[in-house]
Amino acid sequence: MYAQMVKSEGKTDRAEMSPEERAFQDRIDANEKIEPKDWMPDGYRKTLIRQIGQHAHSEIVGQLPEGNWITRAPTLERKQILLAKVQDEAGHGLYLYCAAETLGVSRDELFEKLHSGAMKYSSIFNYPTLTWADMGAVGWLVDGAAIMNQVPLQRTSYGPYARAMVRICKEESFHQRQGYAVMMRMAFGTPEQKEMAQDALNRFWYPSLMMFGPSDKDSVHSAQSMAWRIKMNTNDELRQKFVDETVPQAEYLGLTVPDETLKWNEERGHYDFAEPDWEEFFEVLKGNGPCNDERLAARRKAWDDGEWFREGLSAYADKAAARRAASDLAAE
Amino acid sequence: MPSLPDAEMPDALALAERAAAEQVHDPHVADVDLKPAFFDWLCRIGDNALILGHRVSEWCGHAPVLEEDIALANVALDLIGQTQMWLSLAAEVEDKGRTADDLAYLRDAMKFRNIKLVELPNGDMGVTVMRQFLFDAYHFELLTALARSESPRVAEIAAKALKEVAYHLERSSDLVIRLGDGTAESHARMQAALDALWPYAGEVFVADAVDEAVARAGIAPALPDLLPKWERTVAEVLDEATLTRPDRRFDVHVGGKQGRHTEHLGYILAEMQFLQRAYPGAEW
Repeated sequence: MYAQMVKSEGKTDRAEMSPEERAFQDRIDANEKIEPKDWMPDGYRKTLIRQIGQHAHSEIVGQLPEGNWITRAPTLERKQILLAKVQDEAGHGLYLYCAAETLGVSRDELFEKLHSGAMKYSSIFNYPTLTWADMGAVGWLVDGAAIMNQVPLQRTSYGPYARAMVRICKEESFHQRQGYAVMMRMAFGTPEQKEMAQDALNRFWYPSLMMFGPSDKDSVHSAQSMAWRIKMNTNDELRQKFVDETVPQAEYLGLTVPDETLKWNEERGHYDFAEPDWEEFFEVLKGNGPCNDERLAARRKAWDDGEWFREGLSAYADKAAARRAASDLAAE
Repeated sequence: MPSLPDAEMPDALALAERAAAEQVHDPHVADVDLKPAFFDWLCRIGDNALILGHRVSEWCGHAPVLEEDIALANVALDLIGQTQMWLSLAAEVEDKGRTADDLAYLRDAMKFRNIKLVELPNGDMGVTVMRQFLFDAYHFELLTALARSESPRVAEIAAKALKEVAYHLERSSDLVIRLGDGTAESHARMQAALDALWPYAGEVFVADAVDEAVARAGIAPALPDLLPKWERTVAEVLDEATLTRPDRRFDVHVGGKQGRHTEHLGYILAEMQFLQRAYPGAEW
């Protein structure tokens, strides 16, 4: 999940709702899609902008940890796969910013909020990618965790968001497979490769569990977002589903999940597992993760260094429009 | 295996063998006399694509606008794909059991055959765009000619690559024009990039014995024949971009094609080849 702790504003109590708000909630309850020109409560609009914006920012910042290995990819094929994957992430950012635009916020405004620190991106991208096995672990675990949340979001109430998610999910599912393919090569490879694979799992396991956000009992905004169908499952449900699917995959690789308490619970029909260190999670959100400063600095630098480029293109577009207008006038 | 059964393709080898059996017969590939020149020439084309693709891929996540992140990754992806085709054919011609990956990851700088232009650092987007344009204008003419090569293997690779490179040239020409005729700053940056890169631009047209041998064999065009078309494209684009063609030789910095490179190539290889060098024989 690329959206964490999204603050939501609104009323869940029907008695407090205006007639418009009640009619809106009825449409959502009837599984109707809300489209850009439809009436919507301000809180719904604001919450969606926060959530889609955070998701878009995560895709963009998410280019960096994997981009870190493109120039060191070990074969021509792996280099192409990784390039294509990171390009997909940029494409996801593009659809999501477009979806946010339908709610009345421009891409530049959202960038400004990312660069100033007013908007966040997923905590996971503040962890470093240290060896090639991390390209496997990121695809397998990080994209795997993202899919858990994004698949249900294909049915979310806001039309443009739901439709963007359909394509994103297809690509993410492919990304997860390629990540697992890298892990297989590493885990079944030389002793050094296997050591890298285990180390990557050790480092990415708990940060991946954190991607689902804090436990439901501590998640204050979930109820409203779920009523609006912009959040489809609770954080704990998704985290459990992720663990249940991932543990057998780790076993197949012959790797050990770094959790001594991990155990299949016959009665529940789920794995019991240890919670991640939530203090670490909140520190990362506050900006104290291993790579927060670097990631944000890289994005700000790309934006600032690119100002002349964007201005040059805009100036040319203005001149070309003026020339066209002048020649149309001359033709009349 | 749990839930991800089709991540690897177990019958890849069988498929590759079937494809190889269906491969068009090309007498040039097995021509012993031609082999050294043909191999060297294929490395030149493949290495240009590899090194430029590597440089362009360095932009990933750092471009000035999201659409450029996507476009640059696309260009890099095309070039690395072309590398794989050219270097695979080079390895086949050489016939010493090496693969495209061996050539890319296990040769040292003196064995690389790319021109110096493509190994120059990215600089700002002005340098990156101008380098791409000067190269694309040549690459497009080369591939157009190679698509009619007497070597069917060369012709089929060129035909595929040409579709991609036609788009690269359209895009880089468009950006040179827009940025050249944009703001005063973008104009100044594009002119500075052109001035800096110009002395490297002509290396591709300086023919040596290798170029002449493959031209004689009907595999490749004579390089001087490509120059007038390149000159015309460059003149038209620079003119529309309001940029001034530098008043100096364009073939000052040569030698890359013979393995004499700038200092930059060693660092590219140190980064690119790290895993293959640190873990010899491992599969990735």
